[in-house]
Amino acid sequence: MSHFIDRRVNAKNKSTVNRQRFLKRYKTQLKRAVADAVNRRSITDTEGGEKVGIPSKDISEPIFHHGPGGKRDMVHPGNQEFEAGDRVARPEGGGGNGSGQGKAGRGGTGEDDFVFELSREEFLDLLFDDLALPNLVRNQLVGSTEFKTVRAGYSTTGAPTNIDVVRSLKGAIARRTALGAPSRGRIRELEEEIAALLNGGAAETDPRIVVLREEIDKLKTRIAALPFIDTFDLRYQAFTKQPEPTSKAVMVCIMDVSGSMDQVRKNLAKRFFILLYLFLQRNYDKIEVVFIRHHTIAQEVDEQEFFYSRETGGTVVSSALNLAYDIISERYDSGTWNIYAAQASDGDNWDSDSTICRELLMNRLMPLMRYYAYVEITPRQHQSLWYAYQDVKATHPHFAMEEIDSAEDIYPVFRELFKKQEA
Amino acid sequence: MASSKIISDSSEWTFPLLERFDKEIGRLALEEYGLDIYANQIEVITSEQMIDAYSSVGLPINYQHWSFGKQFVATEQTYRRGQMGLAYEIVINSDPCIAYLMEENTLPMQALVIAHACYGHNSFFKGNYLFQTWTSADAIIDYLVFARNYIAECEERHGQEEVELLLDSCHALMNYGVDRYKRPSPLSMAEEKRRQRDREAYLQSQVNDLWRTLPLEPTEELRTEERRFPEEPQENLLYFIEKNAPLLEPWQREIVRIVRKIGQYFYPQRQTQVMNEGWATFWHYTLLNRLYDEGLVGDGFMIELLQSHTNVVFQPPFDAPYYSGINPYALGFAMMQDIRRICEAPTDEDRYWFPDIAGQDWLKVLPFAMRNFKDESFIAQYLSPRLMREMHLFAVRDDDREDTLEITAIHEEAGYRQLRQALADQYNLGSREPNIQVYNVDLRGDRSLTLRHYKYNRRPLGESFDEVLLHIRRLWGFDVRLESVDEIGRVQLIGEV
Repeated sequence: MSHFIDRRVNAKNKSTVNRQRFLKRYKTQLKRAVADAVNRRSITDTEGGEKVGIPSKDISEPIFHHGPGGKRDMVHPGNQEFEAGDRVARPEGGGGNGSGQGKAGRGGTGEDDFVFELSREEFLDLLFDDLALPNLVRNQLVGSTEFKTVRAGYSTTGAPTNIDVVRSLKGAIARRTALGAPSRGRIRELEEEIAALLNGGAAETDPRIVVLREEIDKLKTRIAALPFIDTFDLRYQAFTKQPEPTSKAVMVCIMDVSGSMDQVRKNLAKRFFILLYLFLQRNYDKIEVVFIRHHTIAQEVDEQEFFYSRETGGTVVSSALNLAYDIISERYDSGTWNIYAAQASDGDNWDSDSTICRELLMNRLMPLMRYYAYVEITPRQHQSLWYAYQDVKATHPHFAMEEIDSAEDIYPVFRELFKKQEA
Repeated sequence: MASSKIISDSSEWTFPLLERFDKEIGRLALEEYGLDIYANQIEVITSEQMIDAYSSVGLPINYQHWSFGKQFVATEQTYRRGQMGLAYEIVINSDPCIAYLMEENTLPMQALVIAHACYGHNSFFKGNYLFQTWTSADAIIDYLVFARNYIAECEERHGQEEVELLLDSCHALMNYGVDRYKRPSPLSMAEEKRRQRDREAYLQSQVNDLWRTLPLEPTEELRTEERRFPEEPQENLLYFIEKNAPLLEPWQREIVRIVRKIGQYFYPQRQTQVMNEGWATFWHYTLLNRLYDEGLVGDGFMIELLQSHTNVVFQPPFDAPYYSGINPYALGFAMMQDIRRICEAPTDEDRYWFPDIAGQDWLKVLPFAMRNFKDESFIAQYLSPRLMREMHLFAVRDDDREDTLEITAIHEEAGYRQLRQALADQYNLGSREPNIQVYNVDLRGDRSLTLRHYKYNRRPLGESFDEVLLHIRRLWGFDVRLESVDEIGRVQLIGEV
């Protein structure tokens, strides 16, 4: 009377929808948790998911229940030394709260956070939620980049998959009607003739009538021979390609690796750029990134070298700006490219160089830029570069500057710089 | 000789072996012990599917809600970290009775689970009066399908968020959506669907009627002021809201009803935890020992079974660091075993305490107990002095007016009755959950709803009650007040939203 079923082959992700709903509902709290998590460690480390915690209080579902207080009798097992009438001190924490349902533990070590694991995808989604490259414009109609296929009526040639059945059959009906019309007209005439003869007293076997009948039969065969559908009738749906406006963007990352940037600060700068790089990779499919690092001389490097190699020297910031300008004018025409730049430095610079930087930015770079973000990594007082850049900021609304003191600032500053702006 | 009868020595299970075990266990259970069961539908699932089953409160199908996602995430997390094993089985009170077996279980464990769930729990579902009265095993799956589709449809029509908020509010009151004194009519999907449309239209008209202003004589007004609505306090808050909340749309009433019905379905389970688990544990123990006696299973098989059986019925003492209350498996199993002992080998003490059952046929006494009691009354009726001694039970009184706890009774002659009463009371839903009832609706004024909390032993409400009030307000649509009534009848307003 028992019936066995092997359910193992059935889908196992029955709870996916509920899980997604849970994540959606607590997005705000999760974002906060994600921000905390990203400060704790470098996000490139997390190959798998990331553990996040949100306050249990926020996600609890309230019900009516008894609170502590009043009078309650509880029965417990394992008595060894108690006699009826004994009085014992109230245990700490729970106040004798070991409830009958075995819910509240005795130790009072309540779990403050509801901790669980997000997949890497979910984690990054939350991390970069509501972030965008500012001022991105999609207006470049460039030769061969992207096309959109749009319908363009009907054509007489095409692939069999694109045959439009209704159109083709309409054509066939019209053709059959047109080609059959003369024969049908003639039949009608002949039939009238026969009718006239019969009315005139002629017999069915009259040779004139027999001839007429034969002709009618011939015409009918001809009509029947018209093909139901002919290659001539076929109509195909036609498509044509229209060029799509695409957004081509390039991000120039400029990092100071001079001697004044100690290991800690270099790490902060790298973490900032890693965050930026992940964000760009994730949210924009087609974006180019140019890595420039500089001390007294600037150098364009690849990703690997940018993040991992060590080199030091003095500081001449303008060298990097010059190089950036050269690269941009050589490879990235500002008419077709959205050009962005992010620069990280400790603000240390040759005194006379800061004014050069300001001039470079104001006169050459900023007119080409959609957005320029400058991050100063210094817990100390600002130096000449900061003040020079403040002048740039005053005249260019698409220039942004922030400072980072410690690892906790990286993500908030990053969010601040790239938050989605109201259109 | 005996070894030739052994079904299998392997720990790997196969479907033919499972069927063989089911046949043997079924033969013993039905023919030798006379258990009455629903047909079994035994489904083998993976651990991932088990986590899924956990997260929808053990139901094979359920509507979608974020709280099940939260449950899923939590279960998955603790399981992955190895903090918690999954249950070996889940069994559903339905006809046919659906039991889930995890594929990771060894063959002896599968045999144990079949005996425990498919014969133990199954016969309990079919026999116990609470389940008989309050649930319709043959209709529950249909109803869940209806509920799931209906709620999905509402989400399409009215937006997921709105449905979700409504469900949140209903869930907060799920334990207060239970009829205790009426037999609900059986629900089948076809009928439910047919009636649901009529209900929508009819209900709405009824509700509006409630608020029709009747011109009254001034003298009469005084008298009607004193008359309350509802005339008698009502304890089924969800039912009251479904029928009377002035602003709910028909579909919202239907969803309130769905949550209420599911709450009702779980009501017997909440009241028979000790009995249900005790009964199932007793039977897997008894049935598998019989298999061993008949030589159908070997020593290794039996040792594995006994080891996991022992873990299941382990009761740590109150001062152990991992103590978390009385283990319902331990208490239930011990009581079932004890009743059998009283029948088979009564002592003088047993004859004095249990004159009706001492020396009787345990195959009549035990099923009678299973059929006609719930945890509270079962303990009050059958907990024996001997078991109280064995478990070293003692009762503690925690009174917030005293500085210390008082040991009120222990396992000794003078304490048996008091101890038994205290333990029974601990399983009384009425004292475990705060007693909250609909007291009044201000029909002629601001339409506010007044609830009353009748205090028991001066115990106050836990802190989240104000949030629950907000949920009630969302359902009711107008102000909601909560008053607290203490034992001498003093009324105090404790919350208003």
